[in-house]
Amino acid sequence: MADLVSHPDEVKVVSRRFGQGAADLSRYLELDGYKAVRKALEMGADKIIDEMKKSNLRGRGGAGFPAGMKWSFVPKESPKPKYILCNGDESEPGTCKDRLIFEHDPHSVIEGVIIAGIAVGSHQGYIYIRGEYRYLVDIMEKAVAEAYARGFLGKNICGSGYDFECAVHTGAGAYEVGEESALMESLEGKRGIPRIRPPFPAVVGLYGGPTVINNCETLASAPHIILGGGEWYAGLGTPKNGGTRLFCLSGHVNRPGVYELPLGYNLKKMIYEVAGGIRHGRKLKAVVPGGSSTPLLKADEIDVAMDFDSLMKIQTFLGSGGVVVLNEETCMVKFAQRVMRFYAHESCGWCIPCREGTDWLKKTLIRFHAGGGLRKDIDNIQYLAENMLGRTFCPLGDAAAMPILSIVKKFRQEFEDHLEGRPCPFEEAPIEQLPVLR
Amino acid sequence: MVVSEKLDQFFDQKMKNYPTRRSFLVPMLLYTQDELGYLSDEAIAYVAGKVGLPELEVRNVISYYSMLTTKPRGKFNVQVCTNISCMLRGAEEVYEHCQKKLGIGHKGTTPDGLFSLEEVECIGACSWAPAMQVNYDYHEKLKPETVDEILESYANKAGR
Repeated sequence: MADLVSHPDEVKVVSRRFGQGAADLSRYLELDGYKAVRKALEMGADKIIDEMKKSNLRGRGGAGFPAGMKWSFVPKESPKPKYILCNGDESEPGTCKDRLIFEHDPHSVIEGVIIAGIAVGSHQGYIYIRGEYRYLVDIMEKAVAEAYARGFLGKNICGSGYDFECAVHTGAGAYEVGEESALMESLEGKRGIPRIRPPFPAVVGLYGGPTVINNCETLASAPHIILGGGEWYAGLGTPKNGGTRLFCLSGHVNRPGVYELPLGYNLKKMIYEVAGGIRHGRKLKAVVPGGSSTPLLKADEIDVAMDFDSLMKIQTFLGSGGVVVLNEETCMVKFAQRVMRFYAHESCGWCIPCREGTDWLKKTLIRFHAGGGLRKDIDNIQYLAENMLGRTFCPLGDAAAMPILSIVKKFRQEFEDHLEGRPCPFEEAPIEQLPVLR
Repeated sequence: MVVSEKLDQFFDQKMKNYPTRRSFLVPMLLYTQDELGYLSDEAIAYVAGKVGLPELEVRNVISYYSMLTTKPRGKFNVQVCTNISCMLRGAEEVYEHCQKKLGIGHKGTTPDGLFSLEEVECIGACSWAPAMQVNYDYHEKLKPETVDEILESYANKAGR
């Protein structure tokens, strides 16, 4: 399975138990397992939410919404049951971190779900895992069964009088379902089509009840915050960007892998030191900072702190932590074309700007890369993408448009180079087949 | 019954975790497909009866999820990721190699019914790219040579 890497700059919080056999409950208990749940039961709802707010933990799924704040939006009194939904439909290209959490530390996710439950007064949690991750569904099923057997789940958890049920749920292949409202639809047994908001899930969610939906990594961070304290966790990161996160480095780097680094870690250092620089001694061309839906950065823009606010300042996003590194021999038109093929495939078709926009952009970009591009196409691509922004129920439309807009804006020359039937300037030398320079 | 008794009981058990019967529909379809190879008309009728929905509604759900199929396919479904992280590490060569080796294209099945091939979107193996899944098994850091070995090992498993 996916092998682990490490680097001295890493600050291991969520990944603390990776590679230590913590999937086994008795081993997990030796490694401070379920201490956080016990502490949370003593603390009670208000104190947990306070601690979460202090931690400045922001959603690790991509949007970066403060988790404590999200939990505080759930009404205290509700005629309908409340739910906790763990989002493990990890599908954003460039992102492969939740996989490691489920594999190496499944009980930390369960703990996170229980803590969120205590914080908002919910008695039912669901852990949704993408269908392709079958081996992880099996690991989680086993972990949940063990937790039931030892009294960490079920009636009267840890003898506290508090009941909490939890179930593992598998998807069946859909990127769109990673979006919170589509996720709820899918869990209810329907097509994963987004819901209009407001009302937000914290008020009207699963089965009409108030629902907290958090990414797997966000929930897996909660037990560490409860045990170590919100202030400690906040101090690991930068102001308003608490803690650490798993960064998935991939693409043309020497040491790809998932590294846990503090928020605010310098991107240049991340690429050149942590991931060992660009392979085969090539130069850097561009970086996808947070999964395929985030606007790309050029080589001269990477001296930046990797936190939500710093990236927002340079018109991109920290996203889901998927850092994809592109070397100088990558054709940006081809890259854009591949990104758009993905979004056209994954668009659920509910909102017309996204359904039609992604398909037209895909067709145009494929034709463009094949040498059939017209000068007016370049502006058309921009026009189409701009018209998708903010015009859809869920952010998939934006997610498709934003990277393309950044590529056209920052690498327009490469589009020009493909014009007038010229062959792709990068095609003669496929990236992997070049002689190795040392 | 269309599925094994064990699976049928598993569904009954799992459905208790939700306030509505249809909630377990998506996993139920996937588990049924795992056992039968694909979602046949009989399988769809069975699942529809189980959750109390019209067959049409179940088909409507099936058509949304990319892993679900109503057509038979090979014993081993080879799914090569060609999304960005894999593409940058040579996934196209891997996919082309699979096409040549198996003599089939996207969503094709070999005449002996052993292998199917699919070009898929991100499977969450970006840091270990390029990668593919054969059924549910991950194979990572691929090269055309290692792909040969992997495919051989599956063919051997089937006793060929």
